[in-house]
Amino acid sequence: MSKSNTRFKIIDILLLVMTILPPVAGIVLKVLFVPHSDGIEITGAHVFASLDLPLMPLIISEAQINSWLVMIALAFFCLYLTHGIRAHVDTKRAVIAEWIVETIEKLVTENMGEYFRGFAPFICSILALSAFSSLMSLLGLFPPTSDLNVVAGWALLVFFLITYYKMKCGPLHYLKSFGEPVPFLAPLNIISEVATPVSMAFRHYGNILSGTVISVLIAAALQGLTNLIFGNLPGILGQFPFLRIGIPAVLSIYFDVFSGCLQAFIFAMLTMLYIGGAFPLEDYLKKKAAKTEKRLNT
Amino acid sequence: MLDLAIGIILGGCALGAGCAMIAGIGPGIGEGNAVAKACEAIGRQPECRSAVTTTMLMGCAVAETTGLYALVIAILLIFVAPGRFVKILLDAVK
Repeated sequence: MSKSNTRFKIIDILLLVMTILPPVAGIVLKVLFVPHSDGIEITGAHVFASLDLPLMPLIISEAQINSWLVMIALAFFCLYLTHGIRAHVDTKRAVIAEWIVETIEKLVTENMGEYFRGFAPFICSILALSAFSSLMSLLGLFPPTSDLNVVAGWALLVFFLITYYKMKCGPLHYLKSFGEPVPFLAPLNIISEVATPVSMAFRHYGNILSGTVISVLIAAALQGLTNLIFGNLPGILGQFPFLRIGIPAVLSIYFDVFSGCLQAFIFAMLTMLYIGGAFPLEDYLKKKAAKTEKRLNT
Repeated sequence: MLDLAIGIILGGCALGAGCAMIAGIGPGIGEGNAVAKACEAIGRQPECRSAVTTTMLMGCAVAETTGLYALVIAILLIFVAPGRFVKILLDAVK
């Protein structure tokens, strides 16, 4: 008994370490490879390497590395939460895991309907990935969501899902949906179809990026103000950034924590609403019933 | 002469970025209206507080989109456009 118990504990600790390791690795990578910049410098993601591919070079940047780190950390965290889970035994982490699953399932069934219950894992992973990617800026790392490419990838995935569910009643039904309510509005319908992923990507990216830009500007302004007020103090005191202690952290609560979590929630919510709204459930069920009836008759 | 041309490009980009952010007025008014109505609704029916708040945040986020389009354009004009336009100019001069 005790032998299996120690083994359980060792695996537990291993999983926790693997959860914490990726962010630490991200910080180490940043310290080692990203050139240090002082003052106002708003740049995109630092490019670590670029692989030569036939069509165009594949760029491996900070955004990709960081989003992979978030994914690895989240995967191991989920393994940790569900490690040694058993029915009818309420350990602390089992309760947390159950709470997460139940909340997301309730959210999905409320917003998308009973038919889409299987979407809960997808929505939960988008929510967690987006939220923790934005929260990475708390550790001083580059948040992957402030790179348009990352968010555009997610939005494209959602766009494919929307189109798939619109196609589910047959391509003819899909094409006919562009001619509603009047056929000559078709160009506008096509534009609004394309605008969906674009607006989703821009919304998420713009919110996180604007937070980053404002944080950098305020940090630089506070540095200037400190130099103005305390610049005449002797020795190291004259260079010490007094005003930069604490004040940026207050703004960070809004721009990093609140805005990041809110945007993650909104992205997941819009995903649910768009996919749920794209699927003509009644037509689909009618068609399915007609098909089964036909098969029974023949 | 080349200096003047580059100066005009940089100034034009900065002016354009500033003009683009005028679009911030729209989402400001819209979100203000949304929050005002949400406050009224919560005042009338305090028990609906959480549902109203969630819906309001969703609406605010969607209303913010136009402002964010302007922000993206302003950021492109400040960080991306000058380098590209100056490069086009230099290529043309050559």
